[in-house]
Amino acid sequence: MLLSVDSINVYYGRIHAVRDISFEVAKGEVVTLIGANGAGKTTILQTISGILQPKSGTIKYEGVEIQNKPAYKILQSGLAQVPEGRRIFTNLTVRENLEMGAYTRHDKEGITEDLKKSFSRFPRLEERRNQHAGTLSGGEQQMLAIARALMSKPKLLLLDEPSMGLSPLLVQEIFRIIRDVNEDGTTVLLVEQNAQLALSVADRGYVLETGKVIMSGGAKTLLVDERIKAAYLGGEA
Amino acid sequence: MKKSSSRVFKTYVLNIVIIAAIFIALQLMITNGVFNSYTSGLVVQIFINMILTLSLNVATGFLGELCLGHAGFMAIGAYTTALLTINSGLPVMIMFPLGLIAGMIISGIIGFLVGVPALRLKGDYLAIITLAFGEMISILLRTFKFTGGALGLNGIPRVTSFAYSYWCFIISLVLIITFMFSRHGRAILSIREDEIASEATGVNTFKYKMIAFVMSAMFAGLAGGLFAHFQGNLAPEKFNYNYSIDIMVMVVFGGMGSVSGSIVSAIILTLLPELLRGFSEFRMLVYAIMLIVLMIFRPEGMFGRKEVTYRVFRRFLKRNKQNKPVS
Ligand SMILES: Nc1ncnc2c1ncn2[C@@H]1O[C@H](COP(=O)(O)OP(=O)(O)O)[C@@H](O)[C@H]1O
Ligand SMILES: [Mg+2]
Repeated sequence: MLLSVDSINVYYGRIHAVRDISFEVAKGEVVTLIGANGAGKTTILQTISGILQPKSGTIKYEGVEIQNKPAYKILQSGLAQVPEGRRIFTNLTVRENLEMGAYTRHDKEGITEDLKKSFSRFPRLEERRNQHAGTLSGGEQQMLAIARALMSKPKLLLLDEPSMGLSPLLVQEIFRIIRDVNEDGTTVLLVEQNAQLALSVADRGYVLETGKVIMSGGAKTLLVDERIKAAYLGGEA
Repeated sequence: MKKSSSRVFKTYVLNIVIIAAIFIALQLMITNGVFNSYTSGLVVQIFINMILTLSLNVATGFLGELCLGHAGFMAIGAYTTALLTINSGLPVMIMFPLGLIAGMIISGIIGFLVGVPALRLKGDYLAIITLAFGEMISILLRTFKFTGGALGLNGIPRVTSFAYSYWCFIISLVLIITFMFSRHGRAILSIREDEIASEATGVNTFKYKMIAFVMSAMFAGLAGGLFAHFQGNLAPEKFNYNYSIDIMVMVVFGGMGSVSGSIVSAIILTLLPELLRGFSEFRMLVYAIMLIVLMIFRPEGMFGRKEVTYRVFRRFLKRNKQNKPVS
């Protein structure tokens, strides 16, 4: 397993946000965590990347326990996060944002190479490479956030609600990119409220409710599950 | 656009020529009496204030933390250097530069100790801790016997010449620019932009916050050491929060995170109160009104985050050339 999360508990003060959650991600997979607002999805991702600490439980990345490591160490070991709400550096240019994404790397030529690669994957970003990132549209900002994360050459990409606030057309494009990134060999852990969309790109999924996993299985199975349909897909069908 | 190495070399030589030319010009004006002793004093004050403004700009402009106790770090440098030159028994000309370095080191260490709790907090909390720190220093200096108590220190050798202030400024400037426009500087900027995103790109945010904060304290200490040996005496009340606010005003006036802004702002705000002497009691009122006007019309300060660089000059010249035939 590339990532195994074993019964973690995370608190905000006295708020018990994540309760005994376990799941796994194998190399090459797209795994999704779906759940309504407040289910604990962001908390889980922040805990994996070391920005939050679990009170108990273990997180293993490539077989090594990482739950007590600081964020920068975890993110230097091949894990990248696209945070919720994009969080690009609005006063830096598009190019500088991408260079920040390669912060943990030291191979200058490789970085230049990957900068070219990300511009060919996101032509819109190339057109705007010297613009301040804050002047980009919502969709472009999301693309920048993904491109920035990819600049670190991650083995595992954590994506927090990439569809949030985007038009259906842009959402399609973002999800096409996610599939593309996965086909290039990057393992993806995708967190989404939009269950239908997430399950359509994922291999497997876990359904969260108020900090607990209530169901899990293959994406195709979950897509046709009556309970899920009722709870998450009903409104959209 | 890639810079060719010959252009980098030319820029490098040009910088050295400009730095030397400014030094020689000012030095000649001082030795030949073009500047009287009052004006020469102002020149030294300007260079000290430029170091001070730049140093606070590191913590507040580049890192984005509101530090309200900067006068405290300046005071530590000032007292450390002065106590060493007065008490060491070594010739002043040897002890003074060593004392400046010692002042920077002690300021840096205290900066580290304040940073450990303060940098774990954000925004308002950090502002309050640094404000309290500044006041504490001012009170301690008034209390301790070895710092001269409420009377302060007198008879400090007045050895801060123009040359000292100028070269200390140049060294500070070069070090700060080199650091801030490196990969490390970019990491510090990213923290100001968005701390969580910065952490998510693998920046050791606590380490870089500490580096910026300690750097800021050290250069304030240097400015303090120069100030002590310019003034010839030190009074503990000088370093209270009013003074910290004055330094903050210089940073905000120039532009948070702009080196050029800090330089120009330190010049203007050092000269302005002197030029306004004619208004006597209305002086501070006029000064305050000017600040309010600037903040209304240019809340980002004179320079915002922009820098004056050769590239800006070249672009400006090019544009003028292109415009001429048309007009
Ligand atoms: N900074 C915080 N302080 C306190 N409670 C929080 C904080 N962030 C999230 N929570 C709480 O933790 C729970 C899970 O939140 P979150 O992980 O953001 O959910 P999701 O990403 O699934 O919407 C919610 O009940 C939320 O109110
Ligand atoms: Mg969330």
